[in-house]
Amino acid sequence: MNIVVCVKQIPDPAEPGALDPNTKTLKRDGKLILDDSDSYGVEMALQLADAAGGGEVTLVSMAPNNEVSGLRTALAMGAAKSVLVSDPALAGTSALGTAKVLAAAIKRVEGADLILTATESSDGYTGTIPEQIAELLGLPSITFAKSISIADGTVSVQRQTEAGYDECEAPLPAVVSVTAGVVEPRYPSFKGIMAAKSKPVDQVTCSDLGIDPASVGWAGGGQEIVLVEAAPAREAGEVIEDDGTGAEKIVAFLDTLKVI
Amino acid sequence: MALSKIWVLAEAADGKVSNTTLEILTKARTLADTVECVYAGADADAIAAVLGAHGATTVYATGDLSGRLLGVPVAAAIADAVNAGNAPDAIISATSYDGRDIMGRLSVKLDKTVITNNVDLEVDGDSLVTVVPIFGGNTMVKTKFTAGGPCLVLIRPKSFAAEESGGAAAAVAAIAVPDTGATGAAKLLNRHVEERSGPSLDEAAIVVSGGRGLGEAEKFTMIEDLAKKLGAAPGASRAIVDAGWVPYSYQVGQTGKVVKPTVYIAAGISGATQHMVGMKGSKNIIAINKDAEAPIFSVCDLGIVGDVHKVLPALIELLNAR
Ligand SMILES: Cc1cc2nc3c(=O)[nH]c(=O)nc-3n(C[C@H](O)[C@H](O)[C@H](O)COP(=O)(O)OP(=O)(O)OC[C@H]3O[C@@H](n4cnc5c(N)ncnc54)[C@H](O)[C@@H]3O)c2cc1C
Ligand SMILES: Nc1ncnc2c1ncn2[C@@H]1O[C@H](COP(=O)(O)O)[C@@H](O)[C@H]1O
Repeated sequence: MNIVVCVKQIPDPAEPGALDPNTKTLKRDGKLILDDSDSYGVEMALQLADAAGGGEVTLVSMAPNNEVSGLRTALAMGAAKSVLVSDPALAGTSALGTAKVLAAAIKRVEGADLILTATESSDGYTGTIPEQIAELLGLPSITFAKSISIADGTVSVQRQTEAGYDECEAPLPAVVSVTAGVVEPRYPSFKGIMAAKSKPVDQVTCSDLGIDPASVGWAGGGQEIVLVEAAPAREAGEVIEDDGTGAEKIVAFLDTLKVI
Repeated sequence: MALSKIWVLAEAADGKVSNTTLEILTKARTLADTVECVYAGADADAIAAVLGAHGATTVYATGDLSGRLLGVPVAAAIADAVNAGNAPDAIISATSYDGRDIMGRLSVKLDKTVITNNVDLEVDGDSLVTVVPIFGGNTMVKTKFTAGGPCLVLIRPKSFAAEESGGAAAAVAAIAVPDTGATGAAKLLNRHVEERSGPSLDEAAIVVSGGRGLGEAEKFTMIEDLAKKLGAAPGASRAIVDAGWVPYSYQVGQTGKVVKPTVYIAAGISGATQHMVGMKGSKNIIAINKDAEAPIFSVCDLGIVGDVHKVLPALIELLNAR
């Protein structure tokens, strides 16, 4: 069972996000880390490969400045190798452009039975990239997976819905997006961290992938940010220390609203 | 300036059109001369009146797609119609599960960008400008489509108020679903509905949500008791959904439900940006948190800096005594 996991490397969400005043997009020039949302896909892939009695987990990532720290984290968890696409031409690439790059990078991985992504990234959260990758690769897909199992060349998925979940299945190879929190991502062991340092990272550019730089980046997006403005702020309300009368204050407030 | 034609992907369950579809239709008819729907299902006749009453003149129906996931067949049907010359200026869908699947597939088929998470739309000349909230909704980003139509747009629920236009029932027409071969081979075998008690998060006038500050799963009963007392819907932060305390259907926020009740009560919830985008539009917000610095206090109308284990039982007791 060979599995590709798309992993995004993002600015540390613990740091306050900032926009680049020139490009009006999120600053991504500092150190990047593995998007938490993708740690579930990595864990799921490792478990599925184990359950299938073997196979390789390969990571695919597109990131600026040949960033590898997030990849190293996922390699330390147990992935075998990775493909990293990094190219100045990719700055400002839209979701569709990103999907084109990722799909081309996935094609470099031979014999992939299953491609996993997260349902949405923590910093971009368009949530459209999994389906875009699947369409570009001509593969069936199941999004929002809560659980995944594989048998006889078929992937079976519990797909989250508004009201519960749907039981779905698709023949392999297929693309599946994994919702956060559905498995417990392992912590890399010391041995894993050491081993990760020497695991292969196949670094490629747009031209290696046969991607026309004009079809990606700012120019290829078909969209342009025209304005960034502060949203109207909510008026600050009353915040009081509970001195034992907090509940009464709430009841009084609900009374003024005439909802009780 | 107005666009000439917009298509809205209509969603419905058991013959009832989703609120978000009606919200989008209401907005779409202010942006374009003609608004039409695309509907994936066999019961278009049952919803044509409601769609028409909100401004749609025609609904293109795929017919029965049960047993299939909608992304592949619906995107293929729309792409064929567009390529055959019936191209709208924009195609708009809710940021729903199926909406994202369909629009992701469609963006590849048409080689057009799709802009997600929008809460508003404007027409600028003959193009469309979308509005996306970032940083938990404190900053708005306006993005213009620059490559011509169809502009592909996903709209967050509750971005607009649904209003009837008084239009007649939409005409029902067929839209053909081509053979999608192996790409369309994913199957939907079975649906499971998780039972939840009380009013729905979407419609309740009061929502009471609990977060990690409750301390343990059993303490969520405080939220349920309070909700029952107030005729409210219980909700949750993702932290406790991920922890398995409550099912996903309770989740409020970016990846959960968007709620805009008259009163939102957040108990033991810090107010992460991803939670706030789901509840910041509530008319009144009450927060209970033991940390005076919690971000939730920056958006609340009434904040109690205190322990949920004291305030919630006292509140339930006061309400019981009334
Ligand atoms: C891509 C992405 C999507 C996300 N989508 C969502 C989403 O849809 N919805 C969502 O909610 N989150 C979402 N999150 C997660 C979000 O970032 C936060 O992690 C989550 O909202 C935190 O939940 P919480 O407030 O319950 O927990 P915490 O942040 O841990 O806060 C607990 C709070 O309880 C308080 N507290 C502790 N003990 C007590 C006590 N005894 N009495 C009173 N107060 C107490 C603490 O002071 C603290 O403020 C998303 C994250 C990502 C990356
Ligand atoms: N630059 C990237 N590199 C690798 N994977 C990505 C990248 N961008 C998005 N993805 C994958 O696609 C998922 C959805 O992303 P998004 O559409 O940004 O919400 C992410 O959670 C990742 O799994």
